[in-house]
Amino acid sequence: MANTFELIASSTVGSGGASTVSFTSISSSYTDLCLKMSMANNTASWVDWYIQFNSSTSSYTDKLVYTGNGSSASSTSDSGIQPRTPLSTQAWMNAEIYIPNYAGSTNKSVSLDQGWSRNASGNGSTFTGLLAGLWSNTAAITSIQIVPTSGNIVQYSTAYLYGVKNA
Amino acid sequence: MAAGSTYTPIATTTVGSAVSSITFSSLGSYTDIVIVCNGTGGISSNDSSILLQFNADTGSNYSTTYLLGDGSAAASGRIGPSTAVYSMRVNGTTNSTGIAHVQNYSNSTTYKTVISRGNTPQYAIALVGLWRSTAAITSIKLLEQNGGNFQTGFTATLYGIAAA
Repeated sequence: MANTFELIASSTVGSGGASTVSFTSISSSYTDLCLKMSMANNTASWVDWYIQFNSSTSSYTDKLVYTGNGSSASSTSDSGIQPRTPLSTQAWMNAEIYIPNYAGSTNKSVSLDQGWSRNASGNGSTFTGLLAGLWSNTAAITSIQIVPTSGNIVQYSTAYLYGVKNA
Repeated sequence: MAAGSTYTPIATTTVGSAVSSITFSSLGSYTDIVIVCNGTGGISSNDSSILLQFNADTGSNYSTTYLLGDGSAAASGRIGPSTAVYSMRVNGTTNSTGIAHVQNYSNSTTYKTVISRGNTPQYAIALVGLWRSTAAITSIKLLEQNGGNFQTGFTATLYGIAAA
């Protein structure tokens, strides 16, 4: 059987920064998608990184369980699929998002794992989060947007989109 | 992972009419196994766990540790000894996603570990499961915690990961 997990497209933010990163015209020839991102933002405050499909800004929910203090965990929910970073000039956010059956006609359930660590000026603290996301829309996903709530995505931020095909 | 590397689809089951279990019995020759599930299942609108049994072992030889969040609080616990690993989760009415990694499944010297993620409208959950057997895994059975069914359209795909 053929190998799968093929790179569909990648994006590296240039020197001017970017307000969003998008993947468009996603082929329906795979079964699942996997998006890996490593990004920072030029805003010195908490930033949520909205993961949006087909440029839609509605019908998202998530459950996030996370820990960052080394002793206990917490959970929150949002009306978006939105990993987050604190004092984003100090932290790179790394996340992997798995999107099964993205071209199907059911609501889209996604699995997202994220982590960040602050640099030296941000005391080196770390965070890990597990997120269950749902886009209550039956449309096939043909584009993905990564949209921070504020500021710009900084240079050298990267995102890689892979296609996974089942048997 | 670049094109041409591994992550080979071994088998996919798409449920045509509700079934209580799904079994993969030809696992091939890889280093690790990944199972990806998507769809609905269970006996109500609530969540239930997707359980994994290996080599048709129904003995109390499994245990699981989990961390979950429901949007307002986090919880952690341990389950076992039990007759299956608690792995991914599924919801009765809303599409859900689960991913399970079975490391070094074909070795015959160590107990087998499963790392899983479940994603439903109710929970984000991560689990680590253990099968206390040194036998090589030759079959994997998926079943539901509460005896419910995997519903029409539910998909389970097995991928093989080969080491370098």
